[in-house]
Amino acid sequence: MRTAAQERSPHHDEDRDHVIMPSTLRRSWLAGAIALGIGASLLGLMIGAVAIAPHRVLLELVDHFPGVHINSGLDAYEANIVWQIRAPRVALGLLVGAMLATAGGAFQGAFRNPLADPYLLGAAAGAGLGATIAISSGVHAGSANATILPLAAFVGALSAVALTYAVGAASGGDRGPASLILAGVAVASFLTALQTYVQQRNASTIREVYSWILGQLAGATWRDVLLLLPYVLVSTAVLLATRRSLDVLTVGDAEATTLGMNPRRVRVIVVIAASLGTAAAVALSGLIAFVGIIVPHTVRLLTNHSYRVVLPLSFLGGAAFLVLTDLLARTLMQPAEIPIGVVTAFFGAPFFLVVLRISRADR
Amino acid sequence: MSTLAIERLNVTLGGVPILRDVTLYAGPGEWLGIIGPNGAGKSTLLHAACGVVPFTGTISLGGDRVGALDRRTRAARIALVPQTPAVPPGMTVIDYVLLGRTPHRAALAPETCTDLAVVRTAIDQLDLTRFARRTLTSLSGGERQRAFLARVLAQQSDIVLLDEPTAALDIAHQVDVLQLIDRLRRELNLTILTTLHDLTLAGRYPDTLAMLAEGRLVALGAPRDVLTVEIVEHHYGTPVRILHDDDGIVVVPTPRLERR
Repeated sequence: MRTAAQERSPHHDEDRDHVIMPSTLRRSWLAGAIALGIGASLLGLMIGAVAIAPHRVLLELVDHFPGVHINSGLDAYEANIVWQIRAPRVALGLLVGAMLATAGGAFQGAFRNPLADPYLLGAAAGAGLGATIAISSGVHAGSANATILPLAAFVGALSAVALTYAVGAASGGDRGPASLILAGVAVASFLTALQTYVQQRNASTIREVYSWILGQLAGATWRDVLLLLPYVLVSTAVLLATRRSLDVLTVGDAEATTLGMNPRRVRVIVVIAASLGTAAAVALSGLIAFVGIIVPHTVRLLTNHSYRVVLPLSFLGGAAFLVLTDLLARTLMQPAEIPIGVVTAFFGAPFFLVVLRISRADR
Repeated sequence: MSTLAIERLNVTLGGVPILRDVTLYAGPGEWLGIIGPNGAGKSTLLHAACGVVPFTGTISLGGDRVGALDRRTRAARIALVPQTPAVPPGMTVIDYVLLGRTPHRAALAPETCTDLAVVRTAIDQLDLTRFARRTLTSLSGGERQRAFLARVLAQQSDIVLLDEPTAALDIAHQVDVLQLIDRLRRELNLTILTTLHDLTLAGRYPDTLAMLAEGRLVALGAPRDVLTVEIVEHHYGTPVRILHDDDGIVVVPTPRLERR
């Protein structure tokens, strides 16, 4: 037993040696995740279909630091590839990956469901339907009216989530998150059926629809990056701000209520923020499966279960993960590209199983 | 501040009346035990008091009506340990106890030094220091029950509701937990409400017993006055023998065995 004097003294020797702290984002974890993101981005800039000496790409980057002038030796064509083709693609990958992983992590907390992903409430099916309608009514990627495609997907995704929320809240009552998840399943099935119907009616565009659905970052431009940036910044900032509330929600709605929380309010905030960001990401990159599940769970297995750790590291880890998988998607079968959604699942799933196995053995 | 007054409490869930006109009072430092057969409404009474279940009638905490308090203020005044608290996977004991600070910080604010000091004191009081970094799932039933209590202490509310705190514990751990609750309420002058199934333990620890049956308050008073053969047999519907010894009351069920 400690004495009262020791209780009062915050700098007692024993305390200094064994301070018990709650879970926090350790600097080493943060540094590791940032290093991973930078490393992935550099690889993404240095490697590509056109052979450019990697060290020259590095010099070219250094040349762009303010006040530094080095001749990287890249000609205008090569510099153009680095800055107008690879760089925006890497940037879009960072944004989409960070968005999907953060949204997935937040959904897992808000719905207390480890299988929740950003598409839980029908965002994917809605975006798919919107894009399919746009493509089959003559909007082609790369054509003059191509901007309608992401808009259609965005509207589709948001409408689907709104429909899910309306149905789930109307039938849910006090049943909590389960009714929303069930409504999401129903809405997603319904919209997927509609999407398949529209797709079969317009057989000539099936290939284009499929390539959109499987997701791709090819052809990313700085315009896309700037379009997505505000959504990702606002959405992830809001989601990160809910991280402590999500920790409270892990004990369930009833106990969280006795702790002075409003679980429903937290869930509404998470759903709105995550859906806006996810809809914007889906609109520009198509459906990239698995990132929202695999990244947060890998973070949990490697570090900690607290959302104070899971959400920030998912943000950084998701960004790095998507840039790396995109690198594989565009280099493995050069010059052809594998849809990135295929790569995230093909490499992500075994990687995830390995992490799961290692961390099981640990505990 | 720590007076719990319940007046003409009525709760109806899904059209079924669960509690009818229950009036109860627990003063500062008092331990009120709620007993009664399964389905009597004991848990519902606790849930209504901390705002998880809608009710009619009045529940006031230290003179303030529960309905008039916002969630956080209410949570800072009254805490609940449910019968089977959630055990979030992967959560460490210190993170769990920190959840008790939720009503004391703004929605997005980080924990302060005060929060951490309160959490460490609570962990220390329940002798959990060496488990602080372990996950809840790795603890035994008795250790876990102490972690639940530590979270309640960190919540620093004067009124504490415990739903079956001894369920699923062996007799030694049952006594440990009840002794602990008794010690804490004396040290911190807490008002305690517990539901209890074990009538012998109910006769030993609480100052006052309230017996509920079919949603109504059917007996209220000192354990000696409530735990009588007539009252217990009538409301539980099974024959019992009640023994009085130096330590208190012993309630023994005496079912009629089939005669040869």
